[in-house]
Amino acid sequence: MKQILRKIAALIITLFLVSLLAFLAFQVIPGDPTTKLLGTEATPEARAALRSQLGLDRPVLARYFAWLAGVLRGDFGESYSYHMPVWDMLSDKLPLTGLLTGLSFLFTLLLSIPLGVLAGSIRSRALDNLFAALDQVVMSVPPFFIGMLACWLFGLVLRLFSPGAFVSYEDSWTGCLAYLVFPALSIALPRTAMTVKLLRGAIRQEMEQDYIRTARSRGGSRARQLLWHALPNALIPVITFMAVSLAEIMTASIIIEQVFTVPGIGRLLLASISNRDFPVAQAIVVLLAAWIVLVNFAADLLYQLADPRIRLR
Amino acid sequence: MKKKTKGNSFLYSGAVLSGVMTLLILLGAFWTPYSPTAMDASAKFQPPSPAHLLGTDNFGRDIFSRVLQGADSSFLIALCVVLFSCVLGVLIGSLCGYYGGLADLVLTRICDSITAFPAILLALVVVSLTGPGAGNVVLALGILFIPSFARLTRGEFARCRDQNYIKSARIMGVGSFRILFRHILPNTFPVLLPAVTIGFNNAILSEASMSFLGIGVQPTEASLGLMLSDSQTYLQSAPWYAFGAGGAVVLLVLGFSLLSEGLQRQNGA
Amino acid sequence: MKYRSLAIFLAAVVLMCSLCGCGGTTSETPAPSDEIAPSSPAAPVNEITVGIAQDLDDSLDPYQMTAAGTREVMFNVFEGLVKPDSDGNFVCAVASGANVSDDGLTYTFPLREGVVFHNGAACTADDVLYSFETCAATSVTSALVTALSAAHVSAEGNTVTVTLDAPNPDFLSYVSSVYIVPRDYADQATAPVGTGPFKYVSRSVQENVILEKNGDYYGTPASLDRVTYRIFEDNNALFTALNGGALDLVAHLTIDQVNNLTNGYKVEEGTMNLVQALYLNNAVAPFDDVRVRQALCYAVDVPAMMELTAEGHGTRVGSSMYPAFGKYFDPSLADAYPHDVEKAKELLTQAGYPDGFSFTITVPSNYGPHVDTALVLAEQLKEAGITAQVQQVDWNTWLTDVYGARNFETTVSGFDASSLTASAMLARWVSDNGKNMINYSNPDYDAAYALAQDPSLSEAEQTEQYMRCLEILSETAANVYTQDLADFVAINPALEGFTFYPLYVIDMSLLHFAA
Repeated sequence: MKQILRKIAALIITLFLVSLLAFLAFQVIPGDPTTKLLGTEATPEARAALRSQLGLDRPVLARYFAWLAGVLRGDFGESYSYHMPVWDMLSDKLPLTGLLTGLSFLFTLLLSIPLGVLAGSIRSRALDNLFAALDQVVMSVPPFFIGMLACWLFGLVLRLFSPGAFVSYEDSWTGCLAYLVFPALSIALPRTAMTVKLLRGAIRQEMEQDYIRTARSRGGSRARQLLWHALPNALIPVITFMAVSLAEIMTASIIIEQVFTVPGIGRLLLASISNRDFPVAQAIVVLLAAWIVLVNFAADLLYQLADPRIRLR
Repeated sequence: MKKKTKGNSFLYSGAVLSGVMTLLILLGAFWTPYSPTAMDASAKFQPPSPAHLLGTDNFGRDIFSRVLQGADSSFLIALCVVLFSCVLGVLIGSLCGYYGGLADLVLTRICDSITAFPAILLALVVVSLTGPGAGNVVLALGILFIPSFARLTRGEFARCRDQNYIKSARIMGVGSFRILFRHILPNTFPVLLPAVTIGFNNAILSEASMSFLGIGVQPTEASLGLMLSDSQTYLQSAPWYAFGAGGAVVLLVLGFSLLSEGLQRQNGA
Repeated sequence: MKYRSLAIFLAAVVLMCSLCGCGGTTSETPAPSDEIAPSSPAAPVNEITVGIAQDLDDSLDPYQMTAAGTREVMFNVFEGLVKPDSDGNFVCAVASGANVSDDGLTYTFPLREGVVFHNGAACTADDVLYSFETCAATSVTSALVTALSAAHVSAEGNTVTVTLDAPNPDFLSYVSSVYIVPRDYADQATAPVGTGPFKYVSRSVQENVILEKNGDYYGTPASLDRVTYRIFEDNNALFTALNGGALDLVAHLTIDQVNNLTNGYKVEEGTMNLVQALYLNNAVAPFDDVRVRQALCYAVDVPAMMELTAEGHGTRVGSSMYPAFGKYFDPSLADAYPHDVEKAKELLTQAGYPDGFSFTITVPSNYGPHVDTALVLAEQLKEAGITAQVQQVDWNTWLTDVYGARNFETTVSGFDASSLTASAMLARWVSDNGKNMINYSNPDYDAAYALAQDPSLSEAEQTEQYMRCLEILSETAANVYTQDLADFVAINPALEGFTFYPLYVIDMSLLHFAA
């Protein structure tokens, strides 16, 4: 319990650091929200008035703590560009990016664990080589290239879906899911290949360990050795990797959302950064950070559960 | 263990492929069939032919020449990124994993913050601090890649720390530095090497992604990522553009990952 | 909200299971395009989907709109007392007439009977007064604010009278920019209300903006019942959707996209109505030397550049004026600097750069045609020994650093006119103008421009002075002028009535499906 409390404290510190860094980042990047809001024709007086109206003339730290106080009250502020509460904008987009990330992770998980075990258990040298070679090829293709190829093959040639004609989940559940299958696969395929490779290596390594030899000498079946003894230990490095994956899937979805024009968090983040729409960008940065930190937290817990030799400190 | 050196096809194919790619990259640094930037209005969108091995793009530029130059910069950037982040990541991860304690807490927090920080924002900050160019792509990606190495190494070191051979080494009075880097580090290679491969792979991809978003390599120079993003428009009418650039990325990554796979098997992993 | 997210997740799990259950036959996935593609022959619905390349991510308040893309859409929602037509003339809108006194100081606008706002309120003289006041107080267009500050608006019964301090031949164009809105309606920024042929229905951030036919429109009502603007902030994705048949109309395409279009749509060609140039910071060495600027003009080959980037489409310009302006546009200025590398080198030698020099072209990354032009120009300049590095920056950085702080060497960009007046194009190059991004400083130009503002000049004399300004810009090679870009529009073959405007707008009320 004490460990968990410490972890939560660490999580809060990380979020605090990230939000502060993001806030400072916007001080470094050139550009000003008023240029976007007022355009090129406005007078300097109008610009100054707007700056003070938005509170941009106050010192950075004062603004940061004002923002922080708002967030702690559950108020993310109002978008400069859209004149809408930030939270309303996010609540439209979050389920979508969540769905895309979830689908991608599910694909990765469901494909990589069986394939990894299979790869780890193949005894035929030729088959093993073939499998590993295929794995290497898939691993070498950039997700957004897979996305482009999927757009081209499934969209333009086979016409299984209409690239760009995204279907909102509010209009049609099945349509939305069917559309998201392709971006999700584009993210999942290379990640699956990486996970399979790691799992295969880990299983092979475990199978050479003393305790497996002992189990083998006792005459247990190979499948039992593999699944019962080797797999749990082999999964330890994989779990860490999968956690990083879950975080990286979110990052990859920023690019994939561009390729498939899925109107999710990633596109909103890019737009808000280029508009210098601080409240929106800041909220997304913090949400993404919270997600990543939470995932890593969960990974640490799993890591400990899977390997009692490791103790959280 | 028994079938150690015989016919390691990965090593051979990887060596051949990456050898060829390296030669091409070296070649690209000194000579390309055409100038990678020379435009020709009469030769737009030519399909692959003996004159233009990979065809031409929307400005009539020779795609093969551009791929050579682009692979050059992608390779260099990725190499620097992996070197930078692996060295720092392993250093941080090993110290954190082995010693634990306050340093572990602080460094883990910092790594978490970096991981959780959006890459594009970091890249924009680095670019605005140092001006555009390949150098800050390396810096931005290098910083971003540290945590993944650190976390992996930390886990492995924490796992090895309590194993018997390390305990006995400690009892025998072997120095910490020696334990860390002579005893434990080699044991992390089976996990670390694939991670380096993946890191190299990711570095090439991330460079491409950054160029795709317009904050990476600048367009006067050829970049595989920029070429891929430009080729998107012409996917249907001039697929060779995307396949040329995309294929180069795939082969570049594939060659070196096959090689590392082969080396690992050679080592009996 | 919580349950919905959970339901989505469960649905994803179910889908996954079903996919695995049937052996991963993803090919059985229903094609959503069949259900939603408006071009499918089955449903003759009277609505269209338009693809646009940028979100309407600024205020929708008629006086706060800044992005050209936002104005392009909201043109269909808002109207002034008068509005521009496709020939650039002003026709009556909320006013039923526009009378100018002989001395050019008094404008009277009798209001049209029966004009109703989209929220159902009747439009009265009171609303017009409110609109003029609010616009003068809050508009982000400084030229408009300046023009209105010299005007006094009063209403008597159903007639609005505007009195000017001094005659202003461009005043009607400013009047067309004062969109008429209902008095004291507070939600213009998010739920705009105007009098135009379409009314605003909704917007979904980064997804779409929906307009609906205004059934109570006083003029010829729109034929289309509904227009959905779908937002694609990525040009490639926009094109893929267009080619896949998901969109009925997309404007601002490039020639390459047009050539790659395989879905049988018809393509109309117009111009973008802007002046694209390699804008040179005249205050920075070596561009402070007129010989260097002229050398650059000789060194580039504009027709070859246009051939490369647009297969020769587009119109060459030689000064800060584009063809839609008609009487001010002098096509001969485009030939002032024929491609001549030897002459360029000679000028460079005279200026003290016999071996050429290096500089940076900063381009906004979101404008593909400008990036392409910059790349080609950089390549052409090599021939004269000049090395140009193209650097992409995002739009906001461009606005702040290049446009605002003038911290740049050169940039490829396009300038358009906020209203159809010569001064909208030319005022900015006066030495002390706040928008003089290139730091152009030329007493001759300032004098010629000042002369053109003299109210006692006849229209012909005024035009002559403006033409003189354009010649000076050309002679001193203020910038390396290139072109007014070609603007291609792809349209569903069943749609008729598309019309180009001399402004950056698309009039949806003219579109209709073929009978």
